[in-house]
Amino acid sequence: MKIKLNINHENKIYEVEPSEFLLDVLRRNNYTSVRRGCDNTSCGVCTVLLDNKPIPSCSLLAVKADGHKILTVEGIQEEAHKLGKHFGDEGADQCGFCNPSMALTVYSLKLENPQANDDEINQYLVGNLCRCTGYVAQHEAIKKYLGDQS
Amino acid sequence: MNVKEYVVVDHVDEAYQLLNQDKKNQIIAGGAWLKLSVKEVNKLISLDQLSLNYIKEEKDFIKIGAQTTLRDLETHPAVIALDHGILSDAISNIMGVSIRNLATIGGSVMGKFSFSDILPVLLVMDCKLYFHHKGEMDIEEYINTRRLDRDILTHLVIKKNNRKSFYKRVAHTALDFSMINMAITYDNLFKISVGSQPGMAMLCKETMALLNKNDKITENLIDQALKIALKELKLSSNLRASQAYREVLVKAYLRRGIMQVIK
Repeated sequence: MKIKLNINHENKIYEVEPSEFLLDVLRRNNYTSVRRGCDNTSCGVCTVLLDNKPIPSCSLLAVKADGHKILTVEGIQEEAHKLGKHFGDEGADQCGFCNPSMALTVYSLKLENPQANDDEINQYLVGNLCRCTGYVAQHEAIKKYLGDQS
Repeated sequence: MNVKEYVVVDHVDEAYQLLNQDKKNQIIAGGAWLKLSVKEVNKLISLDQLSLNYIKEEKDFIKIGAQTTLRDLETHPAVIALDHGILSDAISNIMGVSIRNLATIGGSVMGKFSFSDILPVLLVMDCKLYFHHKGEMDIEEYINTRRLDRDILTHLVIKKNNRKSFYKRVAHTALDFSMINMAITYDNLFKISVGSQPGMAMLCKETMALLNKNDKITENLIDQALKIALKELKLSSNLRASQAYREVLVKAYLRRGIMQVIK
């Protein structure tokens, strides 16, 4: 089947199988910042934004995304750069595997609730696992990013 | 998972016909559990073009389209206002935001998952389901009916109540299934349900009857109610928790819930 996607502000047409998930289609077409972790909705590293809302691309059938707008971390470069700076300053980076999905989720939190308090930040990030850091430094970096008016 | 064909229907009746044409045809709701629950499908039927993603607030009730995402439900002011926010609260504790952006209320109900954190809550609200063919069905009848005809859930109607409420889920981690979950609503009368027994959620009718026929809720009465609850529930063991542990959890949280709603 042919599907139309708007990925990072570019229109694309892809030939996909009805059983294929969005993650498979994105990675096959070189959007490799979208990672495969658990592959069953538990870890969050496959997160992309579908119409500005985070979704696990490992579990959305590609055909269901037909006609929708997709953002990967490449599509939010300016915001990802800002967040990356705060992550660096707080020493929140380790292996980096979860960073693209974390950036997308935090960006969508900023769109939805720019004044998020500590609890709301924690709640919003429940589905994004990081196996390196222990989250404290990330939490500090996210708070600074949300307050960043630059 | 193998899907032979993906069909987007323009009318709910078309979906109904296709669903009943072949046992291997299936409806896709949000699709969040598709990977874990589906092996072989001939026609996977999408309701995405039927405009079933809506929350309409009427004078006495709220009407919710089956394709409404859990996240949209959780954050809608009219849903937050129902029974002191019990439904919104329960949904907000289901996995992460991204899953709740995919999963729909229709899929959550039709999946009839015994681990569901939503079904116990719907049981203590005044909730009716509306199917394309069968029409109206009470949520409790739906849960208690073993073999249902293949039908399509189009919407739910929940009565606007402002009762005091209590919801509790206990799980090993935020992302894990519940070991037990429990919902209570109260406005002179109690409605109490327990799910993830690990079997299907149920109303604790005998417990409710005992509490509801007494004007004064005393410690002694609560002790009796807990005994009845453990007798009428079907608690058992699975990988997540033993029956004995579930019994301890039910006793502790049922007492706490009752005390909280009568305050």
